[in-house]
Amino acid sequence: MPETLVDVDSVTFSYGRRPVLKGITMRVPRGKVVAIMGGSGCGKTTLLRLISGQLRPTGGAVKIAGESVHGLDREGLYRMRRRMSMLFQYGALFTDLTVFENVAFPLREHTGLPEGMIRDLVLMKLEAVGMRGARRLLPAELSGGMARRVALARAVVLDPMLVLYDEPFAGLDPIALAVIGQLVRRLNDALGATSIVVSHDVNECLEIVDYLYFVSEGRIAGEGTPEEVRASTDPFVRQFVHGETDGPVPFHYSARPYAADVGLAVRGANG
Amino acid sequence: MVERVRRSLLRLGRNFIDGIWRMGVMARFFGLVVAASGTSAHRFRLVMREVYFTGVLSLIIIIVSGLFVGMVLGLQGYQTLQRYGATESIGVLVSLSLVRELGPVVAALLFASRAGSAITAEIGLMKTTEQLTAMDMMAVSPMARVIAPRFWAGVISMPILALLFSSMGIFGGYIIGVVVIGVDNGAFWSQMQAAVDFRYDVLNGLVKAFVFGIAVSVIATFEGFDAPPTAEGVSRATTRTVVTSALVILILDLVLTAFMLRDDG
Repeated sequence: MPETLVDVDSVTFSYGRRPVLKGITMRVPRGKVVAIMGGSGCGKTTLLRLISGQLRPTGGAVKIAGESVHGLDREGLYRMRRRMSMLFQYGALFTDLTVFENVAFPLREHTGLPEGMIRDLVLMKLEAVGMRGARRLLPAELSGGMARRVALARAVVLDPMLVLYDEPFAGLDPIALAVIGQLVRRLNDALGATSIVVSHDVNECLEIVDYLYFVSEGRIAGEGTPEEVRASTDPFVRQFVHGETDGPVPFHYSARPYAADVGLAVRGANG
Repeated sequence: MVERVRRSLLRLGRNFIDGIWRMGVMARFFGLVVAASGTSAHRFRLVMREVYFTGVLSLIIIIVSGLFVGMVLGLQGYQTLQRYGATESIGVLVSLSLVRELGPVVAALLFASRAGSAITAEIGLMKTTEQLTAMDMMAVSPMARVIAPRFWAGVISMPILALLFSSMGIFGGYIIGVVVIGVDNGAFWSQMQAAVDFRYDVLNGLVKAFVFGIAVSVIATFEGFDAPPTAEGVSRATTRTVVTSALVILILDLVLTAFMLRDDG
């Protein structure tokens, strides 16, 4: 078992009084691609924001490479973030900069490299995601899939040790989806990085990741390697993997009984 | 009835406390912006870029409005001064009104609606599309990279725009007074020269413009940064920038004028 890079230890989190995460424990080994899966609104993006230090947990701790993320001051957090990066759901490219300048941005901000070297590095990363030809375009001129590839190039331009992906497959056509999936895997292995992929696209994740965690109602509802997950008999994991409409995750949003809502129960109570 | 009064009092109180709270948050934001203002050459280029977007692109509206305000002042002033046979003083009237009051105030109001609203909308949209979070995740402070350059650009542009507004206004007054109505050219300029004091009129006007520049820039950047990340949130923030700026400009103008008045006697 390789060394643990990200160690999430019984983390809890609430938005105001509403608890979102109720004690999450997970370990991400160095060099692996790990998926955090779950339905919409189950708290998986919140978990990603906790790992990256954008949010502070109400309980528990997150350690990256042995260092507690939430014990750091702002400078320490920025020092750590220079070694990690995040791919946002819609890319979050800077709309006033060209594709080239977007990818060059982290280099210009954090290194004093000469222009020629910046150019070489940017073109190298753009080549890796197949977007070298689009370097003069503005983000508004790109399709969703292309924008995400550019964002991916930007995310890995400083060769991070950890890459966090927030819903990298959401809203993509099947081809773009497969392209991003393959890029996530290939870049991880080529850079010797570690990746955490938050997604609800179970089929794509089963293809590319080493390990999966399932989050439901703020808790880890299941985990395992892709083979284990496919063969799992756990009701939640089965429902999620096979996309069944009803099961441990109910079809209905919690409500009072239907009869009461349409007035039947009220009459019953009076009469 | 009592219940309704109680509830409206409650709402009034809550809004009042919210308002005070917001002022505190804005003051803290101002401190953070100043603290985040790096002076490196790289940041300076960013400031200059924003000066172009906020200042240079506001030039047309400032120049045209200044010209028309000056011409109207010329017409109105001429009509009144004519009764006292003092039409040569029209230059004095136009220039003092502009340099002391109208230049800074109207230019700041125009600046708030032209550039301030644009800054709020831009920052609000950057927030909505997670560009600010992305920057923060790249260990680049959005305060230093996005907010501070826009803030300083506003502070730099505002006095220059006010100066241009006043100059164009005086030119407008000249067109109406001298060219159209036929007031003596020499009297127009020499009386103006004698009556307008550099220290008390021009410089004080610039101080006003500078203060308004700070106010509008803080409000515009704060509202954008604070906007809820939705379409509705950004549109509301943009409106609030214009309304709050206008009120703050007028209140500050009263305060500054009171401090600047000198005892002529």
